Amino acid sequence: MSTKASRSAARLMLAPAVILLLGWMLVPLTLTLIFSFQRYLPLRGGFQGWVGFENYVRFVTSSAFWPSVQATVIIVGGVLLITVTLGILLAILLDQPMWGQGIVRILVIAPFFVMPTVSGLVWKNMFMDPNNGLLSHLWRFFGADPVIWLSDASMLSIILIVSWQWLPFATLILLTAIQSLDSEQLEAAEMDGAPVLSRFWHIILPHLSRAVTIVILIQTIFLLAIFAEIFVTTQGSFGTRTLTYLIFQRVLESQNVGLGSAGGIYAVILANIFALFLMRIVGKNLDR
Amino acid sequence: MRLGKSLAASTAIALIAASGAYAQSLTIATVNNGDMIRMQSLSSEFTEATGIELEWVILEENILRQRVTQDIATSGGQFDIMTIGMYEAPIWAERGWLVSLDGLPEEYDIDDILPAMRAGLSFEGTMYAAPFYGESSMVMYRTDLMEAAGMEMPEEPTWDDIAAAAAAMTDRDNNINGICLRGRAGWGENMAFITTVANSFGARWFDEDWNAQLESPEWLEAVTFYNDLLQNYGPPGAANNGFNENLTLFQQGRCGMWIDATVAASFVTNPNDSTVADSVGFALAPNKDGLDKRANWLWAWALAIPAGTQQQEAAMEFINWATSKAYLELVAEREGWANVPPGTRTSLYENPEYASIPFADMTLRSINAADPNNPTLEPVPYVGIQFVAIPEWAGIGTQAGQEFSAMVAGQQTPEQALARAQALVTDEMEAAGY
Amino acid sequence: MARTVRTHRKTLNTALAWGIGLMMFFPILWTMLTSFKTEAQAISDPPVWFFFDWTLENYRVVQERSNYSRFLWNSIIIAGGSTVLGMIIAIPAAWSMAFVPSNRTKDILLWMLSTKMLPAVGVLYPIYLIFIQLGLLDTRIGLTIVLMLINLPIMVWMLYTYFKEIPGEILEAARMDGAGLREEILYVLTPMAIPGIASTVLLNIILAWNEAFWTLNLTAARAAPLTAFIASYSSPEGLFYAKLSAASTMAIAPILILGWFSQKQLVRGLTFGAVK
Repeated sequence: MSTKASRSAARLMLAPAVILLLGWMLVPLTLTLIFSFQRYLPLRGGFQGWVGFENYVRFVTSSAFWPSVQATVIIVGGVLLITVTLGILLAILLDQPMWGQGIVRILVIAPFFVMPTVSGLVWKNMFMDPNNGLLSHLWRFFGADPVIWLSDASMLSIILIVSWQWLPFATLILLTAIQSLDSEQLEAAEMDGAPVLSRFWHIILPHLSRAVTIVILIQTIFLLAIFAEIFVTTQGSFGTRTLTYLIFQRVLESQNVGLGSAGGIYAVILANIFALFLMRIVGKNLDR
Repeated sequence: MRLGKSLAASTAIALIAASGAYAQSLTIATVNNGDMIRMQSLSSEFTEATGIELEWVILEENILRQRVTQDIATSGGQFDIMTIGMYEAPIWAERGWLVSLDGLPEEYDIDDILPAMRAGLSFEGTMYAAPFYGESSMVMYRTDLMEAAGMEMPEEPTWDDIAAAAAAMTDRDNNINGICLRGRAGWGENMAFITTVANSFGARWFDEDWNAQLESPEWLEAVTFYNDLLQNYGPPGAANNGFNENLTLFQQGRCGMWIDATVAASFVTNPNDSTVADSVGFALAPNKDGLDKRANWLWAWALAIPAGTQQQEAAMEFINWATSKAYLELVAEREGWANVPPGTRTSLYENPEYASIPFADMTLRSINAADPNNPTLEPVPYVGIQFVAIPEWAGIGTQAGQEFSAMVAGQQTPEQALARAQALVTDEMEAAGY
Repeated sequence: MARTVRTHRKTLNTALAWGIGLMMFFPILWTMLTSFKTEAQAISDPPVWFFFDWTLENYRVVQERSNYSRFLWNSIIIAGGSTVLGMIIAIPAAWSMAFVPSNRTKDILLWMLSTKMLPAVGVLYPIYLIFIQLGLLDTRIGLTIVLMLINLPIMVWMLYTYFKEIPGEILEAARMDGAGLREEILYVLTPMAIPGIASTVLLNIILAWNEAFWTLNLTAARAAPLTAFIASYSSPEGLFYAKLSAASTMAIAPILILGWFSQKQLVRGLTFGAVK
C-alpha cells in the first residue's frame, strides 16, 4: 500500500531516533569495551597498561559473581511474581462496580509516582527499622519480637519495597486489558453457570496473556537496573548484592574501572540472553 | 570531536551569558552533618564580608564521597572546595590533585592546628586539607545506669571492664541494651570500629609485604569479642546500625554504653535532642588487659581545594574563614561553646570557657592517644588507624564490612567471616597489582 | 433478590478495594503525616496518628537549608525538556514504523528496547569523561539529553503500539481525497493519536522525574534536581524522621499532584495499545 515516496519519508522520520540511540549505545559501549581491556585505576593515575582478558577472568572468578547473578534473578523474579499475581487480582477487583472507584484507583497507583530513593528511605527508616519503625511498633503491640527486616529478611524486604513501587504499573496495564474484555462473553459464561474459577482460568487469563508479557518485558528492563532501593537500604549486605550493585562496587568503591567495565559487558550479555527469550514471546504477541 | 568542541563552546557561551548576573561564586561540596549545616547557615557572614557567593552541594556521606572522588579523578572541575576526610587527603595530595595550603595567611596560625590532625591531613610535611572538625573515639556511658548497677567506669577502661559493664546494664525488659556499637557495613562504618578493636588486640590488616593478615589469631579474638558483645548485650538489628542509628538509640536512653566518635558527645549531652543529656559520662577507648594499645581512632572532616579550580584564591579565602579561630568564636557566640566544631585547634582546648564543657578534656586526650603511624602493636606498611591509606581501601573495607555485618546478623561465624574477608581482600589487592 | 446480591457484592468489593487502596497508599500518607510532627512524635511508640500539634517546623528547617524552588525548577525543566525533546524524535519514528512497516520494523523496535540493558553504572566513567569534553557537566541541557535518550526507547515503543491501533482504512481514505503527508499527519492522525501521546508524555515525565542515578552523578549545584535535594536528607546526625518526611513530601508532591489530575489519561494510555 505504501508508495516509494512515503517509504523514503518514513525512513527519514525514523532516522533521528535510530541514529541517536545507536550513538547512545555505541559510544559508551565502545569506551566500556576499551576500558575493560585495561588496567584502569583512577586513583592511581588512570591508565596502567593493557591486560587482555584479565579483568574478564577476574570478574567471573570472584566469589561475589555467581551470588550476585543469583540475587539479581531472585529479586527480578520475586518482584515479577508478586506484581503480576497481585496485579491480576487487583485489576479484576478494580474492574468490579464499586463506590468511589476513581479515588481507589488513585490510591493504588500513587506509589508509582514516588522516587525510588524516597521509597527506599521511607521504608527503611519509618517502617522496617527494628527499634523505631512502624512495623516494629506493630509487632510489639501484639507482643512479638520485631522482625529485623533488612538483615534477617533482606531479600524479602527489597522485593517488598520494589514490588510496592511496581504493583501500580502492573495493575494499570492489566486493568485496561480487562476493561477491553468482551463483557458479553463473560456474562454468557456466567449464565451458562461456569464457576468463577473456570471463568477466570478459561476466559480472563488467556485474554490477559499479552498484557502480562508486556508487563514482564517492561518491568524486567527496569528491574535489572534497580539500584537506589539497594543503595539506601542494605548497600548490598546480607546477600542483596545484585549484578548492578557489584559493578557499582567495582567501579566506584574499589575505583577499578577496568574490572567494573568488564562486569558491565557481562551484564549486557546476560541481560541480552534474558531479553532474547523474553522478546521471542513478546515478538510473537506483537504480530497479533 | 571538533563538532563536540564547538557545541561545547557555544553551550558555554550561552551559559555564561545566562549567568552573567553572578558575581564570583564558589561551589562547595560537603557532607550533611550538623556542623557543616551550621557552617552553611553562618556562611552569609562570609559572603557579606567578601562579596563571594557560595553554592552549596550538601550530600549524604556515601554519595558525597562517590561524587567528589569521581570528579577529582577525572578532573571534572565541578567543585571549588571539597569536604574530604583523613583517608582521602594524603592519597589525593600524592597524586597532585589538591592545592597546598601553604598559602594560608599568617593570622590563620597553622601551628595552632592539633598536631595529630595536621599530620593526618598532610603529605610530605605540607598540609593539603584544613580540618573543619576532628574526632577520635571514646566510651560514652550512662552514669545513672552504672550507679544503679553498683559499678564505676574507670577513666581508662579495659575491654573486660566494658564487657562487665555491658552485662550489668543490660535490661531487656526495659528495652535497655548494655552496649551499642556500629554494625552497618561500610569502611567508614563498622570497619572503622572493628579495625580499632583489632588494633587494640594486636591484629593488623597487612604485614610488611602487603599480605592480608585476617586469619591471624589476634583478628579472630578481636572479632569474636566484638561479636559476643553485640550478640549478648547489643540492640536488636545491630547489623544495620551505623553512627546515626546508634546516636538515636543512645539519645532515647536505649543504650548503656556507646563507643563511637567523640563528636557525638555534644549531641548526647544536648537536652533538646537527648533524653539522657544529664547522665552521660565519658572514658577513654578501651585497651586489652596487658596490651598497650587503645582502640582510638582519628578522623577529621576537612576542606580541600582541587587543583583544577579557577578560583583558587577565593577558595583559600573561604577555607581561611571556615576553619579559623574567628569562626569558632562566631559559633560560640551564636550557639554556645558546646556546639563549636571540636578537635581542630590547640587554642580551643586552652580556652577556659571551652575547657569547662564536660567532654572537652576527654576528647583532647582521646585525640592525643591516637597515632596513625603506629596503629597497632606490630609494624605495618600503611598509615591510618581505622583505615588503611591506600586507594583500594574503600572497596576492601566495605566488602569486608559486609561479611562482618552478616556475622553480627547471625548469618555466619567469626571464623567464616574472617576467611571470606581474607579471600576478598587478597583478590582486591591482586587486582590492584600488589 | 438478584438486586440484593448485587448490592451485597458491590459493598464487599468496595470494602475490599478501599482496604487494599489504603494499604498501598499508607506509606505515603504516613510520610505526609510524619512531616507535620516533631522529631520525638515521629518515633513515639505507640505511634501518634492524627491528634498531635501539627507543626510546619520541619518544612521551615528544610527550606532554610536548601533552596527548594531551585531544585524544583531544575526538576521541572529537565523532566519537561527531556519529554518534549523525546517526543519530537519519537513521534515521527513511531509513526513511520506503525504506518510504513518494513520487515525490519520488529527488529528495530526490539533493538531499541535492548539499548536500555547496559547498566548505567558500568558506563558512568565514559559518560562522565564525554561530558567533561563537551562541557555538559552540571548543565540542565546535558541532563535533559541524557534522560531523553534513556527514555526514548520506551517512548517509541508506547507510541508505536498506540499508533498501530489507528485503523489504516482512515489513512487510505484520506489519501484518496488527495491529502499529502503533511495533511495526513496534521488533520487525520494527530487528533486520533492525542490520547496516546498524552499518556506517553505523562509516563515519561514520571520516569524522568524519578531518575536518580544520572541526575545525581552528572550534577553539582546549578542543575541539581529534586533527587539531589533528597540525597542531602537521607541520613544526617540525630533524629531525622520528621525532616526526612518533610523533604520527601516536598520531593514527591508535585509529581503526585500531576499524576492524580491526569490519572484518567494514564489509565487509558498505559495500555501500550497492545492490550486489546
